[in-house]
Amino acid sequence: MARTLLQVRDLKIGATVYPPGEDPFDIEIVKGIDFDLEKGKVIGLIGESGAGKSTIGLAALAYGRGGVRITGGSVLLDGKDILRYTPAGIREVRGRHVCYVAQSAAAAFNPAIRLGDQVIEATLLHSIMGKSEAVERAKYLFGVLGLPEPETFGDRFPHQVSGGQLQRAMTAMALCPHPELIVFDEPTTALDVTTQIDVLAAIKNAIEETETAAIYITHDLAVVAQISDDIMVLRYGETVEYGPVEQIVEAPKEQYTRDLISIRSDIKPEAPDQSGALLRLEHIDASYGEGAQVLFDVSMHLPHGQTLAVVGESGSGKSTTARVITGLLPPSNGQVIFDGQPLPPALKDRSKEQLRELQMIYQMADVAMNPRQTVQEIIGRPLTFYYGLKGEARRRRVTELLDLIEMGDPFADRYPAELSGGQKQRVCIARSLAAKPRLLICDEPTSALDPLVAEGILKLLLELQEETGVSYLFITHDIATVRAISDSIAVMYMGRVVRFGPKSKVLNAPFDDYTDLLLKSVPEMEIGWLEKALASRKMAAAGN
Amino acid sequence: MSLFVFGYFALLIAGSSLAAYYERRDVFGVLFTVTLASLIFGLIWGQTAFWAVTIIAIMLAAAGGLGYSFRAYMVMLLPDKAARFMKSAPVTASFGLLVIIITLLLAIFADLVAPFGERAIVGDVWQAAGTACSGRNPFGQVIDGECLLGTDNLGRDMLSRLIYGAQTTISVAAAAGVLSFAIGMFLSFTAAAVGGWVDQVLSRINDLMLAIPTLIFALVVLAALPQNVYILVAVMATIDQTRVFRLGRAVAIDIAVQDFVEAARLRGEGWFWIIFREILPNVLTPLIAEFGLRFAFAILFLSSLSFLGLGIQPPEADWGGMVKDNKDGIIFLVPAALYAGAAIATLAVCVNMVVDWLLNRTASLKGGRG
Amino acid sequence: MNPVLSLILLRVGIGLLVILAISALLFIGVELLPGDFARNFLGQSATPEAVANIRKELGLDQPLLTRYFDWLGGVLTGDFGTSWANKASVNEQLFKRLSNTLFLAAVAAVFAVPIAVSLGMVAVFFRNRLPDHVINIVSLAAISMPEFFVGYLFIFFFALLLGFGDGPPIIPNAPLWSLANVQLVALPAATLVVVVLAHMMRMTRAAILNIMDSAYIETAELKGVRMMTIIRKHAAPNAIAPIINVVALNLAYLVVGVVVVEVIFAYPGMGQYFVDAVTVRDMPVVQACGVVFAAVYVVLNMVADVGAILANPRLMHPK
Repeated sequence: MARTLLQVRDLKIGATVYPPGEDPFDIEIVKGIDFDLEKGKVIGLIGESGAGKSTIGLAALAYGRGGVRITGGSVLLDGKDILRYTPAGIREVRGRHVCYVAQSAAAAFNPAIRLGDQVIEATLLHSIMGKSEAVERAKYLFGVLGLPEPETFGDRFPHQVSGGQLQRAMTAMALCPHPELIVFDEPTTALDVTTQIDVLAAIKNAIEETETAAIYITHDLAVVAQISDDIMVLRYGETVEYGPVEQIVEAPKEQYTRDLISIRSDIKPEAPDQSGALLRLEHIDASYGEGAQVLFDVSMHLPHGQTLAVVGESGSGKSTTARVITGLLPPSNGQVIFDGQPLPPALKDRSKEQLRELQMIYQMADVAMNPRQTVQEIIGRPLTFYYGLKGEARRRRVTELLDLIEMGDPFADRYPAELSGGQKQRVCIARSLAAKPRLLICDEPTSALDPLVAEGILKLLLELQEETGVSYLFITHDIATVRAISDSIAVMYMGRVVRFGPKSKVLNAPFDDYTDLLLKSVPEMEIGWLEKALASRKMAAAGN
Repeated sequence: MSLFVFGYFALLIAGSSLAAYYERRDVFGVLFTVTLASLIFGLIWGQTAFWAVTIIAIMLAAAGGLGYSFRAYMVMLLPDKAARFMKSAPVTASFGLLVIIITLLLAIFADLVAPFGERAIVGDVWQAAGTACSGRNPFGQVIDGECLLGTDNLGRDMLSRLIYGAQTTISVAAAAGVLSFAIGMFLSFTAAAVGGWVDQVLSRINDLMLAIPTLIFALVVLAALPQNVYILVAVMATIDQTRVFRLGRAVAIDIAVQDFVEAARLRGEGWFWIIFREILPNVLTPLIAEFGLRFAFAILFLSSLSFLGLGIQPPEADWGGMVKDNKDGIIFLVPAALYAGAAIATLAVCVNMVVDWLLNRTASLKGGRG
Repeated sequence: MNPVLSLILLRVGIGLLVILAISALLFIGVELLPGDFARNFLGQSATPEAVANIRKELGLDQPLLTRYFDWLGGVLTGDFGTSWANKASVNEQLFKRLSNTLFLAAVAAVFAVPIAVSLGMVAVFFRNRLPDHVINIVSLAAISMPEFFVGYLFIFFFALLLGFGDGPPIIPNAPLWSLANVQLVALPAATLVVVVLAHMMRMTRAAILNIMDSAYIETAELKGVRMMTIIRKHAAPNAIAPIINVVALNLAYLVVGVVVVEVIFAYPGMGQYFVDAVTVRDMPVVQACGVVFAAVYVVLNMVADVGAILANPRLMHPK
């Protein structure tokens, strides 16, 4: 019986690469994928970047983005291979039987056209219903998805609403023409944790009510466990494992899947003695220009050889705090005390020694390195600048540092563009360690990396801390990372520290409202977590 | 209906049919348009139109062939990294590069290459191309020879004047280009690096100067100043550096906010290191492209000024001045002024093609993956 | 007050200030340069007594600022002073020639703008295929060609076809819109069109390509919308602002090109007037023309700015 909506058989996708000055060549992005999707069910496609998940999702619409083309296999929608359709036939499928929700809704909406018009465009185009009926359906969907003022929401322009609202509007646009299948391409990746849970719940609610089938693409296994019936784990364009969600999450067969599930499960034991501070921030106020105060009475301290995690969402002031500590933004009040001595508030007033003791690594490792310098030059510069090392002595020390970051000598003459994401971050770590600092500020160093690569970097950082006794100020928005690596935690919200203390105290009840919300919003690798979280939220709201 | 016309259309139609057969829509489109256009122009102007199209086509093919061979030759000669760079050049840029090199050589070795002296009178006024002439060569001896491009309005050899004109035009344009580039880069980097009110003042002055059309500004200023070549270069440079300033400042600020520059600042590096070792190596390609554009602009600007009488003064030859001297002959079908104009146009086009290639490279390297 | 209105008024205000500043620059700044007007004006016959006399006659012995404010006052009331060359009022020549120049520029614009924008769209439609490459190379060549080359090329072919004669006709006093004037204007306008067309086409192509690469165009494709509809409904509304910007900037560029073209064809416009005055160092005319040209340039740039503001949905519909 044909309850199977989508059958993908041996799907192969490739592209042509045009390196400047050389002959173009072909590469295979997806190497033969098979899966089935029944009506009303959800399949989660999960993998790291480059695994091919978005490419496969777009293939369900017979679309290849940016020169990517489908080179083999078949995509059977209701028994018919849409890859063999004429262009007109494909246009009939898109927006009518299969709809797409993009990763960045902000870019996906036309800034010059009202939201309502864009949401009903496909519905009207494929003559599914008349205009007034379509407008009513749009309003209904806005309500189902939890958008404010559903009656008038459609009259707004994209720039007048928030990112989370746009993501939901995009889901409404996909649901409007009653499609059989929706492809969700990382719909919550760009959102804050606390917004993510709302959007996730709205999506799950909507597809359950309308019995739409869905392909849900993400790199976050915890998220996909909340919403899918089946999961397919992808790597380098091939299937690693494919099965029902219970089996994948609770009894994974492949090592890669096991690694994905167990990230951040190694917890660093909390350091016992947290007196004695290497770094102390006392009542810091800071502003960007007149009247734009961004930090309010920020205080925290970091003991020697330990890790202080500063956690918060975007706009909380965590990066600004780092800028105050490094001297890029002198505070208007308060002081930064390093090893008992107050640091001059502005960068230019600090001595070379003071600068040397305090190093920083960044979120985007590729722009943190000069693309025209080799690894050798990048790591070697601090050695020359601070210690006057040159020639053979310097080269030897560079090799030592390369070994420390588990990369080794062959990398010395490479350029940043030739390294992978994880390798780039390791080189940045080596560069900062070359100065032999006492404090290393890590500004979201793993946020832009794939989960397994990030895991490797975190393990490296912890090992280095044991070996060299360096202290870390670790800025992040990811609670799981915080739990795994910190000794003490500072939670920031809107420029204030709402909670500060040893890890065990901060992560356990009783909570202030914000920390409560934050912790509850982080998806756990547990089936049914979403329902529980929503239920407890409803109870909390009802109780107030 | 002559054999030529018959052959011409036969070739075009055959080409179109082949393109259609092999389903090459774009080639078909071009050939078909050319056929249609030829028909129309042919009805108005007769055979001349077809000759014109054929000649243009042959010239383009020759240019393409030259460019292709030059590139292949360079790739063979140059060391590895440079060869790969050269390989990425399209045929147009290669041809452009070839022409630029040849013109530079002509300008430098003018005395050796030119058949006659710059001011030597060698024949009658506006003699036709290829006729006999005699007069002094660059070393002072009197010789008999041929005026390959005819003579100008005073009876001087056009070819020699063009070669010496290359010398004058290129040296003045290069001087103005280099000066404008240096001033613009210095001011813009200072503005970007120092910031604050220095940046504000420099930017406002620059905006004000940008608001005045260049030619007008130049003419007004040159009308008030005494006439000599140093003043000319200075005025050209001062006006043109405004464009360089705008680009330089945007680029410097763009790079200055990158994390690796901040990392250098945090290390405690002085601004000398930051500008020369961190920022500059990353902006070389767009800067070189911009210099090319400045140079092309300087050539056109200088020629316009000379044409209007305020540039290089006679008896020195620069191409713009040569157009001015010979313009009266145009109505009498004397092409002398066109030769000078064509020289200017060719050099400017070639510089633009090379710049276009460099700019495309920067864009693809920045936006592409790996 | 409506934020859009205040933004526009701000731009207009700045534009006026810029014109004022330019007038100061062209008057005072020029005077501060080395070299003596009187001497330059007399040229060969500059004996000390002649220079002193001329200075008194032309009023050059008055202090600088007095002269500037006199001149500025005159300009604001429409009096651009007296020409040194023929002692006539600058005004009547100026306005007549200005209208001729504007007519020439308008004719060129009427042809150039639609052709440029259409060619730009064609280039985008055939992106990276042969027609695009051909258009790209041809336009690159066109913007590199100086106006005097193109202009004389036209005259050459004109003479070639019609046999030699006195070249294009010069009809000084016929009414502006008559057929006779069309003949007069045809070749100069054609020359202007060639250069401006290429610039405008390249900029239009770049602006539209920028839009076509946006994510929302992909979204429309994924909804099954046809390419023509996408261009019409999705790309076009976003293209208006950049295209207005492009057109206004190129019209501003026309102002500069017009000068050379008028000299080539001996067209009785302001460019010719300006160059003649420059050649004989007739400073009042030079300064008057300089200010008028600069003002037109500034106004057109301002129109580009305001057009961009009006077509920006973020500004027209604030949060």
